[in-house]
Amino acid sequence: MDRAARARSTADAVARRSYGKLVAFLAAAMRDVAAAEDALSEAFAAALADWPLNGCPANPEAWLLTVARRKGIDGVRRHRSGETAAVQLQILAELDEAASTVMDDAAIPDRRLALLFACAHPAVDAGIRAPLMLQAVLGLDAKTIASAFLASPDAMGKRLVRAKQKIRQAGIRFAIPARDELAGRLDGVLDAIYAAFAEGWSDPGGTDVIRRDLTAEALFLAGLVAGLLPREPEALGLLACMLHAEARRRARRNADGDYVPLAEQDVALWDAAMIDEAEALLLRASALGRIGRYQLEAALQSAHVERRRSGRTDWTPEVQIYDALLALSGSPVVALNRALAIAELQGPRAALEIVDALAADGRLVDYQPYWAARAALLARIHAFPEARDAYAVAIGLAGDPAVRRFLQGRQAALPR
Amino acid sequence: MQYLLMLYADESRWSQMTPAEQEQGVAAYGAYTQALKTAGVLLGSNRLQGSATATTVHVADGKSQVLDGPYVDSKEQLAGYYLIDVPDLDAALAWTARCPGASHGTIEVRPVWSM
Repeated sequence: MDRAARARSTADAVARRSYGKLVAFLAAAMRDVAAAEDALSEAFAAALADWPLNGCPANPEAWLLTVARRKGIDGVRRHRSGETAAVQLQILAELDEAASTVMDDAAIPDRRLALLFACAHPAVDAGIRAPLMLQAVLGLDAKTIASAFLASPDAMGKRLVRAKQKIRQAGIRFAIPARDELAGRLDGVLDAIYAAFAEGWSDPGGTDVIRRDLTAEALFLAGLVAGLLPREPEALGLLACMLHAEARRRARRNADGDYVPLAEQDVALWDAAMIDEAEALLLRASALGRIGRYQLEAALQSAHVERRRSGRTDWTPEVQIYDALLALSGSPVVALNRALAIAELQGPRAALEIVDALAADGRLVDYQPYWAARAALLARIHAFPEARDAYAVAIGLAGDPAVRRFLQGRQAALPR
Repeated sequence: MQYLLMLYADESRWSQMTPAEQEQGVAAYGAYTQALKTAGVLLGSNRLQGSATATTVHVADGKSQVLDGPYVDSKEQLAGYYLIDVPDLDAALAWTARCPGASHGTIEVRPVWSM
């Protein structure tokens, strides 16, 4: 390998290993996400110019931090003046000493959690928190994020810029909240990570590379938070919930790429090690004695897995968990899923009564699973023409071609 | 705002499908069109005949040039369109992603120039 190629591969490895830590460290010191990203990207550019000539440094992270700090000082001198600039320059000067004593990346203080809390701050628009985290901590570009969240790259780029401006201008702190407000603020972080995971999870056909990666990125973030906050049961609950869903990924499609519902999945295709990890996390969470949404979601996944493995036919545990979840969230989607569990416990007519009442909630009108659930329940009480119509609506709202084929198959199988 | 969803697709794929697959494909579009109608956002839509039926016209120096074939000769051709009225681009993209054409082809979304 020539020197330029070696420089590039070293820079790539550092970016993969330490990007989030470096940005978080710089952003926390500069109190500015955009400036930290700019300084670091300039440092990477400088590395690609310098390392081929002078060789790769023994500690590339420290080299990058030192250069990024210098670029940061230039940036502050160019763009700011007055007292804030003086404070910034002071902080950056102190940062230099910290950087020069860093011997390896393990010694860089991990400020990623503080960065996540800044990104999910209540003052930041809820819709942009997940994209902001993915960009700030993982370095994903606006184009990749936009495509995962079904937004135009231009609009996503602008919203990310605005969010970073807000963090700087509003003076949002890069810190882990104090004990008394931690739980409330943590919800924002966990919700954003779950939103990123859900975007990756609902990828059409599981064939889109960008979207698949988002699932892995969200799992990484959830693992990071659970690792850094091991005494927060909801952080453990979220990771458990995501691992459960991920463990069944391969079973969700058959050899033809068609959608396979949970009740028909091949249990042997589930990732047993991942399920064990999820169960262990859930156990640790429950020992901490504070129940919450994500622990309940994970408990539900756990019940589904246990039911399929044991052949249990009594749905009482599922209905009980849904009751608790509904009381906590009031979400119409939870109410819909609860109705499906009730169909297993009390029959399809009892479930249809709930589903009919839910129709009054306008939020489910465009929700494909609502119509698919309704169709399946109608078919079970032999209301075939109504079931056919409900399937048609579900098919029209489906974004995933495999799900669309699945629904068309169910519709075609209805007796005429 | 009004948006035009232009559906581009590989035309040869259609002829390679079995009649059952074709029927399923048409039904999927029918269901999607109905969903747009039910949501009250559909202004118009049409499927086009294949690009082999296309003719292009260009007038230069007062003389009209008429050519056989599509304007751009590429594997993926304009196959149909939906004209929808939704609040913003994000809403238009959400509907675009649900269109069957988004999974077997590519859809270009353009806001209509409002006069």
